Amino acid sequence: MDFDDTPEEAAFRAEVKAFLAAKAPKYAEPWEGEETTRDDVYLKRARGWQAEKAAAGYAGITWPKEFGGRGGKPMEQVVFGQEEGKYDLPTQPFLIGLGMCMQTLMAHGTPDLIKEHVGPALRGEKIWCQLFSEPIAGSDLAGIKTRSERKGDEWIVNGQKVWNSGAHYADWGILVTRSDPSVPKHKGLTFFIVDMKSPGLEPRPIKQISGGAHFNEVYFTDVRIPDRQRLGAPGEGWKVALTTLMNERLAVTSFRDVSVDVPHLLRLARSIDLETGPAIENAAVREKIADFYVRSQGLKFTNYRTLTALSRGETPGPQSSIGKVVSAPKTQQIATLGMDLADMAGGLLDGDLAPLRAAFSQTFLSAPGTRIAGGTDEILRNIIAERVLGLPGDIRVDKDVPYKELPTGR
Amino acid sequence: MNLDFSDDQKMLRDQARRFLDEKSPLKAARKILESDAPYDRALYKEIAELGWLGAAIPESYGGLGLGYLELCVIAEELGRAIAPVPVSSSIYLCAEAILRAGSEAQKQAYLPKLASGEIVGTLALAEKAGVPRPDRLETRLEGGKLTGRKIAVPDAGGADIAVVAARAGSGVSLALVDLKGPGVARESERSVDSTLKVGGLGFSGAKAEALGPSGEGWTLLQTVLTRAAVLYGFEQLGGADAALAMARAYALERYAFGRQIASFQAIKHKLADMYCLIELARSNAYYAAWALSSDAAELPLAAAALRVSASEAFDFASKENIQTHGGMGFTWEADPHLLLRRQVQLRHVIGSPRAWKERLVAELERRNAA
Repeated sequence: MDFDDTPEEAAFRAEVKAFLAAKAPKYAEPWEGEETTRDDVYLKRARGWQAEKAAAGYAGITWPKEFGGRGGKPMEQVVFGQEEGKYDLPTQPFLIGLGMCMQTLMAHGTPDLIKEHVGPALRGEKIWCQLFSEPIAGSDLAGIKTRSERKGDEWIVNGQKVWNSGAHYADWGILVTRSDPSVPKHKGLTFFIVDMKSPGLEPRPIKQISGGAHFNEVYFTDVRIPDRQRLGAPGEGWKVALTTLMNERLAVTSFRDVSVDVPHLLRLARSIDLETGPAIENAAVREKIADFYVRSQGLKFTNYRTLTALSRGETPGPQSSIGKVVSAPKTQQIATLGMDLADMAGGLLDGDLAPLRAAFSQTFLSAPGTRIAGGTDEILRNIIAERVLGLPGDIRVDKDVPYKELPTGR
Repeated sequence: MNLDFSDDQKMLRDQARRFLDEKSPLKAARKILESDAPYDRALYKEIAELGWLGAAIPESYGGLGLGYLELCVIAEELGRAIAPVPVSSSIYLCAEAILRAGSEAQKQAYLPKLASGEIVGTLALAEKAGVPRPDRLETRLEGGKLTGRKIAVPDAGGADIAVVAARAGSGVSLALVDLKGPGVARESERSVDSTLKVGGLGFSGAKAEALGPSGEGWTLLQTVLTRAAVLYGFEQLGGADAALAMARAYALERYAFGRQIASFQAIKHKLADMYCLIELARSNAYYAAWALSSDAAELPLAAAALRVSASEAFDFASKENIQTHGGMGFTWEADPHLLLRRQVQLRHVIGSPRAWKERLVAELERRNAA
């Protein structure tokens, strides 16, 4: 056991470090006039950084060379990510496009579509978003109802999508629709890529409980999509969507809000006074710090075990499936404890008054989203139970019923 | 990055699992549970012959000198099988104390016999309920004579020698005692897990030799407990894994409301939670194994984290395994209680997770101050 790079990894890391040292600093600080991640200056900076990576061969490290990738190993992607993560770079806008949309396109798209779209996405010229969930269907994604109807060489789409990160600035989106409501839900879906500038397509920001607006709802009113932008056969959209969902767990699209962990808690506990002195001397606080510490360390070394498999060229074991279902509730609990320690000031969001510039109360407000986005705690437990432990799936009462006859509750 | 065991170590683990599957199924533990025998002597003899006891003991002292990573994989399998043998008392505690603190003569005298299974050792610390501290110890070592009384000593009934924490002058010393000599009284104690029996040891002027420098006993003891925590952690991990496997098997075979109970989310989520805690413990265990085998400065923190993590995993898995079994799980006849019992024994034997959480945070503070 050791924590060292292999000689090849070390050589690659040195290469990456040199590249980053030369190119990253320019993109690692907000540019003049940049205020939020919703504005144009931020996107310009993000696109610029992605273009630099593509030019140097560090975009799409594991992608096949025929698609413009590097044809590299998963471990090289990991090494690049570790080094890139040391700078505060604007990579967020591309996570969905490169991590999920392009994976889906490369698996199911026609050669023409792949050629048209993969290059621009890789170079940061086009940003992609995902148009999957709906007000009526989230965890039960196959229950969506946004309707697509074929008219000659086009499809006409009407409906509403929701929780679409980046839809307000994306150029393209991947879209699941219901093309046939007369068959059971998994069988009547059709999958498209859609130009976000299409007439009748309207993203609206959704304000979250944290006050931010990372995602949107997207309305479709008679949006016309050429049939050549369909992925997979009509009615086979579920199969295509599954490719996206499998990649979603790898892409881990997390909110980039402030987050707190054990080091924050330790800093707070040293600096804040309880009844008889600093919180760090309180036995109940100490016990909780230990509980959180073993979870954080457990997750860290679970990740190391996954990296070990990648480094050996093996397929990682299923242990990485515990990541979000452990970390998201833990973050929420740490935030709650931090606020409790602040006592009467616990609810303050004011950075000048709340400890650690209100990191705990800020995290408290973003934490519920993390437990839901990219698979709820409950869905993730089902996945562990079914795919890792091999337990039977739920009995599905809607399996053989035509979609249009399913009860919807409203 | 390499946080995994080697192919050879995994092969040893597989061999150990196959051996224990055959020689020490749960009914072997049940036999000891229902008898007065201190442990399964025939099984212990075979384990000794396989060389497991001496896996981490240097060849010059009669061991195989393989290393601690090998002992860790064996420990996981002993825990999985809840093997009714005194490996932990004799090797993780007693042999470890002699290796860390003993003189050359003491190592030569005792380690080969512990490695061959010819004698069994243990370590005695607790004197009453509550957390032990140097100033609370009443057992005394004076002029080579030991006086006092220890309780909840693991394998007290089956052990031939014991390392005993005692006050000597103003400090604490470790004393090595022949439990078969005069002035030693063994007292049987009832405990939750009688597949690994604990007992009391009374000393009335028993002949004892000092182990390690006088007055440094407490520090040495902490080192031994820290190192043992890693090995106990692997046993706890194996036991937790066994509880999950048992719960899973039962949930798949048991039908209620016209379907396998494993198809109910209440059961699926319970088992998924077990899996999460077990994987966290496994990851903490691998890191602690690395720290133990490389004598890393991170060992005290890594060992405490594993102790907490593995205790939590085994506690949850052993209780929810019974819950998954329903009423049958509460019977003497069904096996789940064997895991519940072992869980309790392993949780308390070198101090409860509550105490180890305190050590963990103290260590975090120490590192922050440094």
